[in-house]
Amino acid sequence: MRGGLWQLGQSITRRLAQADKKAITRRYFASEADLKKTVLYDFHIAHGGKMVPFAGWSMPIQYKDSIMDSTINCREYGSLFDVSHMCGLSLNGKDCIPFLEKLVIADVAGLAPGTGTLTVFTNEKGGAIDDSVITKVTDDHIYLVVNAGCRDKDLAHIEEHMKSFKAKGGQVSWHIHDERSLLALQGPLAAPVLQHLTKEDLSKIYFGEFRMLDINGSHCFLTRTGYTGEDGFEISVPSDNAVDLAKAILDKSEGKVRLTGLGARDSLRLEAGLCLYGNDMEQHTTPVEAGLTWAIGKRRKAEGGFLGAEVILKQLAEGPKIRRVGFSSSGPPPRSHSEIQDEKGTNIGEITSGGFSPCLKKNIAMGYVNSGYHKAGTKVKLVVRGKAYDGVVTKMPFVPTKYYKPS
Amino acid sequence: MATRLLWASKAASYLRISVFHRAFSSVVKDLKYADSHEWVKVDGNSATVGITDHAQDHLGDVVYVELPEVGTAVKQGDSFGAVESVKATSDINSPVSGKVVEVNEELNNSPALVNSSPYEKGWIIKVDISNVGELKNLKDSDEYKKFCEEEDAKH
Repeated sequence: MRGGLWQLGQSITRRLAQADKKAITRRYFASEADLKKTVLYDFHIAHGGKMVPFAGWSMPIQYKDSIMDSTINCREYGSLFDVSHMCGLSLNGKDCIPFLEKLVIADVAGLAPGTGTLTVFTNEKGGAIDDSVITKVTDDHIYLVVNAGCRDKDLAHIEEHMKSFKAKGGQVSWHIHDERSLLALQGPLAAPVLQHLTKEDLSKIYFGEFRMLDINGSHCFLTRTGYTGEDGFEISVPSDNAVDLAKAILDKSEGKVRLTGLGARDSLRLEAGLCLYGNDMEQHTTPVEAGLTWAIGKRRKAEGGFLGAEVILKQLAEGPKIRRVGFSSSGPPPRSHSEIQDEKGTNIGEITSGGFSPCLKKNIAMGYVNSGYHKAGTKVKLVVRGKAYDGVVTKMPFVPTKYYKPS
Repeated sequence: MATRLLWASKAASYLRISVFHRAFSSVVKDLKYADSHEWVKVDGNSATVGITDHAQDHLGDVVYVELPEVGTAVKQGDSFGAVESVKATSDINSPVSGKVVEVNEELNNSPALVNSSPYEKGWIIKVDISNVGELKNLKDSDEYKKFCEEEDAKH
C-alpha cells in the first residue's frame, strides 16, 4: 500500500527496461524537491490536489473527487486539466514542413493552414519515438506538443536531424515554449464556458483546428483537441496568466467544470480508445500495428520519405503481424502486461492498458494480439494473477467520441 | 495488504510515488492492525479480516475484490487475495495464520462496501486462527494510527 500505486507508473516502469538508464536515473530517481512544478502547483494544492511524481514533474493525480466521480463529471459537464508538463514547440522557417515530414507520418504539406492532426514520430525501424498533435499554423510555422516523458529524447532527435537539415541549406529553427503553460478544457461545457472568455466565435473552430487569439485578456494558442474523447480545447497560455485563466474557467462554469487529475485523464483516454505512449505504443511498435494507419497521409503512403518508411509501407502492403485492439472482460480488471490467450489457452498477446471504466461500469483494456485474433467479437482469455477470465475483442472507442465536427 | 510485487519492486521504488493526504483516516479501538494495512477482529479463535479506512482511502474506488475459497490456508503476512481500484491493484495479506471459514460474498456484487464501510460491511474473510500467539506481532489502534501518520509524513 505504499504510495499512490498508479497504473500510469507502469508506462514509466516499462520504459525503464529499454530507454537510456542514465537519463532515466536522473529523471526518475530525483527526490521530491527536485521535481519540476508547473505555475499552477500552489493552485492545485489549494484545491486539494494529491500530487505525485510524473515524468519528472509533481502533478495532481486527483483532487477531492474520486477518480470515478471525476471521470463521469468530465463527460457530463467538463474537466480542466493542467498539462503544462507537456512540451509545446514551434518550428519556424520556410522549410519547416519538408523538415518535419522527414520525421513524422503525417501529410503536413497537405494540411490547410490553421489545422492539425495526431501524428507519430518514427525511428529508422518504423517504431514510434512519440505521438504528438501537430498544427500547421502557416506554411512557415508548425506548432506541436510532445509528451512530458519523451521531451528530452524528442528534442534530441529533432535537434540532431535539424543540424544535418540546416547543413544542407534547409531553413528551419525551433522555439520551445517554456514561457507558456498548457491547460486542457474538456467536456460538453468546454465551448460554452470558454466562449465567455473570448470574442472569437468558437462555433467556427472545429475539431483539429487552431487559432491564436485573446482569451481572458492574454494571447493564447487554442487547439480544438484533447485526450478524453470529448469536445474540448488545449489552451497554451503565457505562464503569468495561467492561474488567472484557470480561475476564470472554473468561475464561469459555476462549479460544473472541475479540476481533474492524471488519474481520471487516464480513465478518460482509455474509454476513448486513445494510446498512452510508453504503454500502448513504444519504440518497437509501428503506427500500423498501433492502429494509426489512418494518420499516415495518402501522399506519404505513396511517396514514403519519413524515417522507417520502408518497414511501415511493407507492413501496409502485407498486413502487420500484431495489432492493437480493445477488450472488455469479466473478473478483475486486466492491467498492463496481463497475458492474452486464445480459447485453448495459447498465448496470443499482451494487454498494454486496462482498468475499470467509470462510465461503462465494466472492465476495458487495450493490447496487442496476433493478426487473425483482432476482429471484434473474438473470444479470448485474459490472465490476471494466474487465473484466466473471459474477455472479448471490442471495438474502440469504448465510449463514443464527441468531437466537434462540421455537420 | 501489500502492493503487487511488480509495484513494490519496480515502480514504487523507481518512482517513489506518493500521495499527500487530506486528513487522517479513522481507526477502531478494539481491532488489531498489520503494517500492510489490514485489520483483524479477534473473538476467541475466530478472526474477521478487512482492510483499514486508511488503505481504502489510498486505493480509491474499489471495483473488484478477489476472494479466496473457503477452506484455504492463510499465513500471517502472506497474500490471500487482492483489491482492485480504479487506479491500482493491491494484494491483501492475512494478519493471522489459519483456515478461511467464510468469505464476504456480498463483495462480489458490491465491492464498494470496502470503501463505504471498511470495518463493518466491507469485511473480507473470517479465519479460524491456528496460532493465537502471532497476534502479538500486530499493532493496537494507537500504534497503528501513529504508524500511518509517520508513513504519510514521509511522503
